[in-house]
Amino acid sequence: MLEVRNVSRTYGEAHALRDVSVTIQDGQFFSLLGPSGCGKTTLLRIIAGFEDPSQGQVFHKEKRIDNVPANRRRFNMVFQRYALFPHLNVKQNVAFGLQMKKTPSAEVEQRVSEMLSMVQMETYGTRGVTTLSGGQQQRVALARALVNRPEILLLDEPLSALDLKLRQQMQVELLSIQRRLKHTFIFVTHDQEEALTLSDRVAVMNKGRIEQVGTPQEIYEYPKTEFVARFIGSINVLGGEVGDGAADSLSFVGPGKRPFIIKASRDGSRPLPSFAKGTKVSLLVRPEKLKLLKSAPGPEQNTLEGTLKEVLYQGPITQLFVQPKETQGPVWVISQPNTAVTARKQFNLGEKVYVSWLPEDCLLLEKDGNGSGG
Amino acid sequence: MEAVASRPIARLDRRIFLALPALIWFLGFLLIPLFIVVIYSLATRGEYGAVTFNFSLGNYFRIFDSVYLKIFLRSLQLAAVTSISCLLLGFPVAYVMATASPRWRQILMAMVVIPFWTNFVIRAYAIKFLLSDYGLINSLGMFLHLWSEPIYFSNSAFSVWLGMVTNYIPFMILPLYVSLEKFDFTMLEAARDLGASSWNSFWKVLVPLIKTGLITGLIFVFTPALGEFVVPDLLGGAKTMLIGNLITEQFMKTRDWPFGSALSLLLIVAVLVSLTIYLTNRDSRVQH
Ligand SMILES: Nc1ncnc2c1ncn2[C@@H]1O[C@H](COP(=O)(O)OP(=O)(O)OP(=O)(O)O)[C@@H](O)[C@H]1O
Ligand SMILES: [Mg+2]
Repeated sequence: MLEVRNVSRTYGEAHALRDVSVTIQDGQFFSLLGPSGCGKTTLLRIIAGFEDPSQGQVFHKEKRIDNVPANRRRFNMVFQRYALFPHLNVKQNVAFGLQMKKTPSAEVEQRVSEMLSMVQMETYGTRGVTTLSGGQQQRVALARALVNRPEILLLDEPLSALDLKLRQQMQVELLSIQRRLKHTFIFVTHDQEEALTLSDRVAVMNKGRIEQVGTPQEIYEYPKTEFVARFIGSINVLGGEVGDGAADSLSFVGPGKRPFIIKASRDGSRPLPSFAKGTKVSLLVRPEKLKLLKSAPGPEQNTLEGTLKEVLYQGPITQLFVQPKETQGPVWVISQPNTAVTARKQFNLGEKVYVSWLPEDCLLLEKDGNGSGG
Repeated sequence: MEAVASRPIARLDRRIFLALPALIWFLGFLLIPLFIVVIYSLATRGEYGAVTFNFSLGNYFRIFDSVYLKIFLRSLQLAAVTSISCLLLGFPVAYVMATASPRWRQILMAMVVIPFWTNFVIRAYAIKFLLSDYGLINSLGMFLHLWSEPIYFSNSAFSVWLGMVTNYIPFMILPLYVSLEKFDFTMLEAARDLGASSWNSFWKVLVPLIKTGLITGLIFVFTPALGEFVVPDLLGGAKTMLIGNLITEQFMKTRDWPFGSALSLLLIVAVLVSLTIYLTNRDSRVQH
């Protein structure tokens, strides 16, 4: 178990990390996700030991490690630009860590070739690393780190230099390697899709803070802040304030004084939020929870009236863009699966339409200082 | 110039044309004089310094006289000590320069390069003055009561060493800096990450990757230092003979041009040997 406790890191005036605390269980694929400059690399480098925290501590297996030098920590890192040694060939690169630990040469030989075959590079042993393609260098970098059987493998955006196809292929390989070896992986990325696909747990970071830690599903379905909701996937936002509450529901007064109903999720994993009446809040709904109708539905559904602006057919889904009648704010996005029924084009541009969703399917979150909702 | 068709052969002609001035220079001022030196080295000194072209290897055998070998070894020693001192003192400077902020880089670079703007004889006299019995260093030392009598730095091995190092250290720092500036310092982090000690990170990662700069610097210092005699004369009091003095003497005083030529060729061969070492090393790096 790795535990980061109240870690801050400043560079002069700049705060790269502000009071970050997070616990990572053994054997997890754990992702640090966030926009550029939010402090992901800084946190990873503090865990690796290349950087000291300005405040706070890091514990591994209940032992404090933030004062242990990097070469004494049993962690290994896959660097963003791989950092392979250009004067050594593939085998020598992979063997480097074992040789530093004075491993007997027969064992080095065996473990290196084992690792090279795991990353499917066994035929490249004597090649110079500068002659390899990006994907191949990536595999060597992975092998060079994993051959040391690290207690934690740290990966700093290892796939960001690869093209889409190769990237997806490497994602699958990374995941299967992690499942097989059961090492802890801490994976930095700014690609939310990648984080959701690969991780057991994700920490979403913003401006040096961790905003939320959870499973990919929790992060996507029940974001705790507007930042997380907006950063992961796309989401429609309406600004307003809390209206009257009932036993099992809350009302939200949006633009045009129209009330919307919010309920707890059916499986109980997201309780009804407890906001005082009059609190400034944002109402958020994912595009795939929305339905587009030609006529207003019953009052048990939340409904927004608007004009259809654009229809984008994208193969498995169609995205529809609607300008709500009561706001000048951004258009709403509705994504509809192209099942047998909806595959036919049903709506005309400029048509008056109704966007509706269930009270259980929307979120009510405290308004972000910098959010542009509604 | 005519716009000749871009047939490959025509383009090749043009390229040779462009290289012509350099080729003429090379031929006229290097190869032909060198050839003349070779011819002279095979001649013998006649009466009153005349040259008899009787083509013998006698001059080369004369070099193996222990008197001359001693002089040659002394020069080798001076060049070796200078190169190694420049390396040990210059490496930290180049390292700091390569890792400093852009502003500090400029300041340090200026400090390294500015001495080039002064004639080296003037620099040698400046050192002589600094180290003289009542020069700046002795005055300061006595003023601060570190010592009470002037220390005789002048005309010592120390002042020769100081003069040689200050004279040649920029030639070490600049190529080292060029290599270090291109060096990707995350390599050192990768090495530490893989469990390497500082010692191993240095020898197994840093040194192999800046080898070109190291060897270039060593050759840039060693080659001229081997033939150097002005600095030792000015700062060492012209007490000892070096290969450079010996050669000058053959031409200017003893008027034994053939022997002087043979000695010069020996120096050239010594330099060529070190260059060969350099080039083979560089090639092996490329092959990796
Ligand atoms: N050595 C440093 N000196 C000064 N500021 C730094 C240093 N390293 C990082 N920072 C600052 O700290 C903040 C966080 O940087 P960090 O590299 O951790 O971001 P990141 O989340 O990894 O971003 P990216 O996705 O672009 O890699 C940034 O604002 C950055 O400018
Ligand atoms: Mg980063």
